Amino acid sequence: MTPTPDRVAPDRVVLDSAEIARAITRIAHEIVERTHGAPDLVLLGIPTRGVPLATRLAARIDEILGNAGTPVSVGSLDVTMYRDDLRMRPARPLLATSLPASGVDDKPVILVDDVLFSGRTIRSALDALRDIGRPRTVSLAVLVDRGHRELPIRADYVGKNIPTSRSESVRVSLAEYDGVDVVRLGDDAAEDVLGDDLGAAPDHVTDDSASPDAASATTDGSES
Amino acid sequence: MPTVTETYVIRSVSPLGGEPVDLVLAEGRIQQVGTADVDPAATVIDIDGQGLIALPGLVDLHTHLREPGREDAETVLTGSRAAALGGFTALHAMANTEPVADTAGVVEQVWRLGRDAGLVDVHPVGAVTVGLAGEQLAELGAMADSVARVRVFSDDGKCVHDPVLMRRALEYVKAFDGVIAQHAQEPRLTEGAQMHEGYISGVLGLRGWPAVAEEAIIARDVLLAEHVSSRLHVCHVSTAGSVEIIRWAKSRGIDVTAEVTPHHLLLTDESATTYDPVYKVNPPLRTKADVEALREALADGTIDVVATDHAPHAVQDKDCEWGSAAFGMLGLQTALSVVAETMVETGLMDWAGVADRMSIAPARIGRVADHGRPIAEGEPANLVLVDPATRSVVDPASLVSKSRNSPYAGLELPAGVTHTFLRGRPTVFAGSLVDRSHPDRGTDE
Amino acid sequence: MTRHLLSAADLSHDDAVLVLDTAAELAVLADRPIKKLPTLRGRTVVNLFYEDSTRTRISFEAAAKRLSADVINFSAKGSSVSKGESLKDTALTLEAMGADAVVIRHGESGAPHRLATADWISGSVINAGDGTHEHPTQALLDAYTIREHLCGGVGDLNGRSVVIVGDVLHSRVARSNVLLLDTLGAHVTLVSPPTLLPNGVHTWPCNVSYDLDACLSKADVVMMLRVQRERMAASYFPTEREYSRRYGLDEIRAQQLPDHAIVMHPGPMNRGMEIAASVADGPRSVVVEQVTNGVSVRMAVLYLLLGGNEPAIASGRGGANRD
Repeated sequence: MTPTPDRVAPDRVVLDSAEIARAITRIAHEIVERTHGAPDLVLLGIPTRGVPLATRLAARIDEILGNAGTPVSVGSLDVTMYRDDLRMRPARPLLATSLPASGVDDKPVILVDDVLFSGRTIRSALDALRDIGRPRTVSLAVLVDRGHRELPIRADYVGKNIPTSRSESVRVSLAEYDGVDVVRLGDDAAEDVLGDDLGAAPDHVTDDSASPDAASATTDGSES
Repeated sequence: MPTVTETYVIRSVSPLGGEPVDLVLAEGRIQQVGTADVDPAATVIDIDGQGLIALPGLVDLHTHLREPGREDAETVLTGSRAAALGGFTALHAMANTEPVADTAGVVEQVWRLGRDAGLVDVHPVGAVTVGLAGEQLAELGAMADSVARVRVFSDDGKCVHDPVLMRRALEYVKAFDGVIAQHAQEPRLTEGAQMHEGYISGVLGLRGWPAVAEEAIIARDVLLAEHVSSRLHVCHVSTAGSVEIIRWAKSRGIDVTAEVTPHHLLLTDESATTYDPVYKVNPPLRTKADVEALREALADGTIDVVATDHAPHAVQDKDCEWGSAAFGMLGLQTALSVVAETMVETGLMDWAGVADRMSIAPARIGRVADHGRPIAEGEPANLVLVDPATRSVVDPASLVSKSRNSPYAGLELPAGVTHTFLRGRPTVFAGSLVDRSHPDRGTDE
Repeated sequence: MTRHLLSAADLSHDDAVLVLDTAAELAVLADRPIKKLPTLRGRTVVNLFYEDSTRTRISFEAAAKRLSADVINFSAKGSSVSKGESLKDTALTLEAMGADAVVIRHGESGAPHRLATADWISGSVINAGDGTHEHPTQALLDAYTIREHLCGGVGDLNGRSVVIVGDVLHSRVARSNVLLLDTLGAHVTLVSPPTLLPNGVHTWPCNVSYDLDACLSKADVVMMLRVQRERMAASYFPTEREYSRRYGLDEIRAQQLPDHAIVMHPGPMNRGMEIAASVADGPRSVVVEQVTNGVSVRMAVLYLLLGGNEPAIASGRGGANRD
């Protein structure tokens, strides 16, 4: 981690709260369109911040459909046990996995996360889903795609594409955890990076754990 | 026994910590005390005694040499080496060997092995009961009359718990000025016991050995000794309560003597929290309050002697779970250092006191004639020279015992033995063992 | 950093809550068709059981297998262990096999400590019960069970009143529970005849009583310990009848308990001795759940000790020496 004398350049806001709301609304419309009215749809948020995003998406989809459809199922899928980088740091606390009662078998499932980075988190989510059941389809919705994929994974629904360099950090704040909706881009490796698994930590950097030998300090691997 | 032809002159040494003098040792005796005046033609070996303290050679009333039977743990020879390096010139070898030393034949065997080793005078202890079974008196008289001249009798390892048998034994040995040395442990109160019964045993889940199991036997035995007008010796006193009983008994004029081990002067039951069996011993390590009471008692003479209870055990008997491990610790080579650390460095006792507790008094109790003598002209030259100022870390690899079960490994202790003389011949010279009888297994270090 | 779970005292408050939270997440696994997680794939967990204990061994075995670990079972009967092979030699064999963790149950207090400190193995040591010393995972599953029933399944056990009844002197379950329950903020009362209490118990972080009836009306939890009939021969109590009358949890006593109170037992139970059969099978009894919870809790322990490159719990608060 290269030390910076102090936080000289304040993080740039790349999405403010209005833009976030519009992105979610747009994604909701796209989902309704592509799934032809979203019958049986299951949204699974990846903790932590994927979960409130999934909840908001589901609410928006329900609004769009009015009373015509049954409420969209929402749940959470913790991928900690399926991570490919477990042996690189102390065992992490598990986050909540909560599946809708009707399950995922033969249903269209959309994974929801805040930032798509290396793709490893999503790959872990696919592994986790495999042990749970057999969805009819699995798609991915993310608020931010920041590039630098390390696996052949792509998002089907993207709120905003934000090209970044590896050394930059993308910080997503959501009202449910952080009191405010904003996405910021920072320059430094961020000493206060806490990683996405620790719940309501303010101003965290969402991880999509990048390759460990990357100098990138934005992963939650940096602070341990 | 090789005859001594060398004369030793120890210059400016401090006998019992007093004013420095020269000592001249010749023909097995202390020839001169004062300013050395030797025939220039004689073969003389000079020893610089500056800063050293001369004590009468130490006498141990309680050692386990394991031979015959457990020569994998120790032999009379290896135990003698440890004793010499520890500054001892005489020791009493306990009877719980295999076979038990309950006949003239076995005690004579042990006595001869000691003579052949030639490093320390080995006085075998005779068992009180046949096979240590606590049922029938052993032939105490035959052992007393044997060439080993046994005067101390003990079932140590076990308690003579039957009150009638203890009474008979106390009475019987009066005929030849013998003494019964009791290992005080009421067996029913200590079945399966592993460590001192206290807060720590409760937390660790190890069966406790309550202090009362020792104290109750001592209380009974001093009253018996009084009743039959006999002398009694109490082995390895370990509790404050035992000290009080002995103090009371002495105040009544009861002829009781008592010993304490070096480890009971230093270590407590806290050591057991590691579950390392090197700290497992019988009687067990007890509390800080007990350690303090024992130190005070040794200082004021309520406890008469320090005796090592040197208990070697083969590696596999200690390198295991606590419950399966054997009881006992090494002690001969480190005894003086531990006493220096716990009694002299703390100001509780001076070197004259050390001489009394570790040489003069044990020799008297064991009726060992030529040890524990004053450092005076004409006396047998059984001496040890000690450097009180040195401090060193106990290294298990440097222990000459066959076994390795010392609880002091890694501890820094004061006071090193520089020279030990047995009848004017050095068994330890400049810190190294001198083993002339066995030149091929001779000097160590 | 120490990588062992030898005593309940090894766990700080936060460690203990982390184990319970992790176990709660893992418990949902039981409802899935595929009851497996890949997390400990490639790791080897050895069950080294010197004492017969089908229940605990199976529980650990299930926990390890559900995390995809390879499991090797060494049990006392009919193995080199029963032929007198020393703990040391057995440990060296396990090390040669590459054991990442050794779950050990042994009849001698302190055997897991020897295994952990003697440099015979490099893996983690998990105490599954040593002599009369401790049984930390039992205390964890007990705490988990209490939390599920009385605390909404979250947080710690702050302020809950737990009464533990029986042969405390010989009970490793009691020792671990006293330590862990205190760590989690519960109030513990030990109830036992005086002969079955350890020396120094009055300085433990709990209350002590000889009178079971006096403790019932305020108890949130009553945990009954197994009392062995053999103790009678050593005069710890005069007869089974007297023990049962004074310290057994019968129907009448069960009715004195508050409505929400639960009855626990680590098993195996002496029905009719320390607990009446009807109470053991009654509505307050959570004995069966304790067994079920054991698997999730043991999965949590294995995961938190072995799942990363370093343990996430038990950073050496220190075992038996509590002040």
